[in-house]
Amino acid sequence: MRIIEISCVEVWREISNYVDGDVSPELRARIEAHFKICKHCTAVLDGTRNVVRLIGDGEGFDVPASFSRRLYSKLPKGRL
Amino acid sequence: MSQSLQAELESAERELITRVRNGDREAFYELVRPYERSIYFAAKSLLANEADVEEAAQEAVLKAFTHIGEFRGESKFSTWLVQITINEARMKRRKDHRHLYESVDELRPDEEGDYWPVDFADWREIPSEALATRELREALLKALDALSPKHREVLVCRDIQQLSVAETAKALGISENNVKTRLSRARLEMRDALAPGFDGAWLRGRKYNKVRPW
Repeated sequence: MRIIEISCVEVWREISNYVDGDVSPELRARIEAHFKICKHCTAVLDGTRNVVRLIGDGEGFDVPASFSRRLYSKLPKGRL
Repeated sequence: MSQSLQAELESAERELITRVRNGDREAFYELVRPYERSIYFAAKSLLANEADVEEAAQEAVLKAFTHIGEFRGESKFSTWLVQITINEARMKRRKDHRHLYESVDELRPDEEGDYWPVDFADWREIPSEALATRELREALLKALDALSPKHREVLVCRDIQQLSVAETAKALGISENNVKTRLSRARLEMRDALAPGFDGAWLRGRKYNKVRPW
């Protein structure tokens, strides 16, 4: 398969979708060929993956203890 | 979540919802408890003030309770809950603290310009111990707060709450394309804010070479 080259700007446009596995096979091939020859875009990819991983690991963000306690305080008292 | 697990969950929730409709308050707590975190972050993505977050969340829970009869099961219950919460948070922004929150951002169409990274720092250079530090966690929170609301909402939905593109689109009332473009911008801005070239605080004395594209 002949791979058409892709520019850095186009890669940045698609990098988020690429991280989610949400690109067509042709586009993925072009993007991956680009990573092989461009360490800057590879760095952006790694950084983006790290960000997604950090945000998603469930450790950085805590729900305040009081929040759960008071969450239902506006519900009408007694049975409906 | 696997399809069979999802089906089991939905069936359990349907049963709980029926009980709530019959006036069973305990069933409502059981129904909502797994999603308290989602409710918190949905409100937090739009409101800066903790008291506002709590208020909007409580209003959302009340709305879910009183309107439980209207939930038809077309989307997941969690999506419905998050949708209600986001609506409450949006109303709160507009009504109570109009002078504190920027509303211009909501009226502006999605940006057309391409994204240009500020720095090409290679994150693989950061030692893994550094990634676990409190400083990085705080920087993460700060970077998240610095995003514009429409970007933060999408990032919170997709990457913190792990909603799908379709669920996020439904919860926020925007197109799936908008979910993807806003998410892209949010992630890349977060990356910029946290890249060592900006601050390097978590490199702790290691020599760092900035890599600028120009």
